[in-house]
Amino acid sequence: MADEALSIKGIREGLLLTIKPDVGEWPEIATKVAERIDEQRAFFKGARMALDVGSRIVRHDELDSMKAVLTNREITLWAVISSSETTLTAARNFGLETTLITHNDEQLETTPVNPEEAGLPGIVIARTLRNGRSVRNNGHVIIHGDVNPGAEIIAGGSVFVWGKLRGNVHAGANGDETAVVCALDLAPTQLRIAGYVTVSPEDKRRKPRPEIASVREGRIVAIAWND
Amino acid sequence: MDARVITVTSGKGGVGKTTTTANLAAAFAMLGRQVCCIDADIGLRNLDLILGLESRIVYDIVDVVEGRCKPRQALIRHKYLPELYLIPAAQTRDKTSVSPTQMAQVVRELRPDFHFILIDSPAGIERGFRNAIAPADEVLIVTNPEVSAVRDADRIVGLLEADTRRLPMRLVINRVKADMVRRGEMLSADDIIDILSISLIGIIPDDENVLIAGNKGTPDPNSKAGQAFRNIARRLMGEEVPFVELEDSSNILSKIRRIFGG
Repeated sequence: MADEALSIKGIREGLLLTIKPDVGEWPEIATKVAERIDEQRAFFKGARMALDVGSRIVRHDELDSMKAVLTNREITLWAVISSSETTLTAARNFGLETTLITHNDEQLETTPVNPEEAGLPGIVIARTLRNGRSVRNNGHVIIHGDVNPGAEIIAGGSVFVWGKLRGNVHAGANGDETAVVCALDLAPTQLRIAGYVTVSPEDKRRKPRPEIASVREGRIVAIAWND
Repeated sequence: MDARVITVTSGKGGVGKTTTTANLAAAFAMLGRQVCCIDADIGLRNLDLILGLESRIVYDIVDVVEGRCKPRQALIRHKYLPELYLIPAAQTRDKTSVSPTQMAQVVRELRPDFHFILIDSPAGIERGFRNAIAPADEVLIVTNPEVSAVRDADRIVGLLEADTRRLPMRLVINRVKADMVRRGEMLSADDIIDILSISLIGIIPDDENVLIAGNKGTPDPNSKAGQAFRNIARRLMGEEVPFVELEDSSNILSKIRRIFGG
């Protein structure tokens, strides 16, 4: 049952799936990963997983297929480690971390250097997120571009969009009700902060304006930046 | 000659990929260019019907790929347009009968003989789409002024942006009803470009002659739509062809915005 091509072990940050860089084709590996998880599906369910592929070149679509295998089994892929720049680019395109160094809350609390500077890390994506694209990050997410309908952002922290936000967005996904969502044009299909949900008002002729959405008195409120 | 290979795709089905391919090919042929269409919609072939060549099929793309004939032997010459050729899809097989590498190989062998090779992509984002874009130098994305068609086009643009080849993409908006746009009942070209943010190469008016011509198997160059397709062909050949009034989206303001590339 031990398979030389891949191994899964527990690490401090969750699970680490290691795939040998030189053994097997990607579709077979994806199948093997699926089989391995299915053997103990309940155990893996809800887990956070990092993926180490060594020097293997994993293209965007290949990474997408692996993400799908994991997502279908309710496993969150959050990081990809590789020495291949192509692989790392693909990982960043999905908004994944490319290092295992996490800035979790404990760390922040144990090193309170200056309260004003303490905060979650974020990722910056300098392109438009189109339909079908999903960005997940435990920290903040900053998009320099639009977020089109059908794209989604799920962030542990806040979401900042320097562009039009029309897709789905979930800020404070781990329960942080202080998270906010800002956009130059805030018109998401659905907007969630922590456990609250709202949709954009149907107002087609409105003028685009920068807005910031936050939770106030138990519901999500959007306020124009220049009000 | 080294052909320019243009793949026509859309994501959504029924928006007019095959119609666009056939009409563009006819337009290129009428402009004196040697052009080959390849139907990549294996299992659901249509392009031969629209071009009126169904009865002449001997070999298809799968025959070429599986070595039963040379690419040149599978070429079917059009009845009235001697510059226009077709390699039909196989009807009794499916998309997995051909791989992206094999598609690229077939097209490579045809390149020296043509000015343009147009590949008609199947709907979807799976194998058939991958096959169709594998040999491409550039891509035409066809959409309709409908939210669902635009949504799917956006997905396709995203997939092509993630492709390392960075293929140039241009947008064809098909089946536009100018009066509906004017009344604000239909998405305008500006609305669509606002979402997709890729460059526009043509707007095709809704025209029942396209359907009639398709059923007859002879693209109609004199219809309004036929003229719009010819304009696209000329733009692809590098000519500056202004967007005419009929193609216009809504108002003066949007026209000015387009002139300034906004």
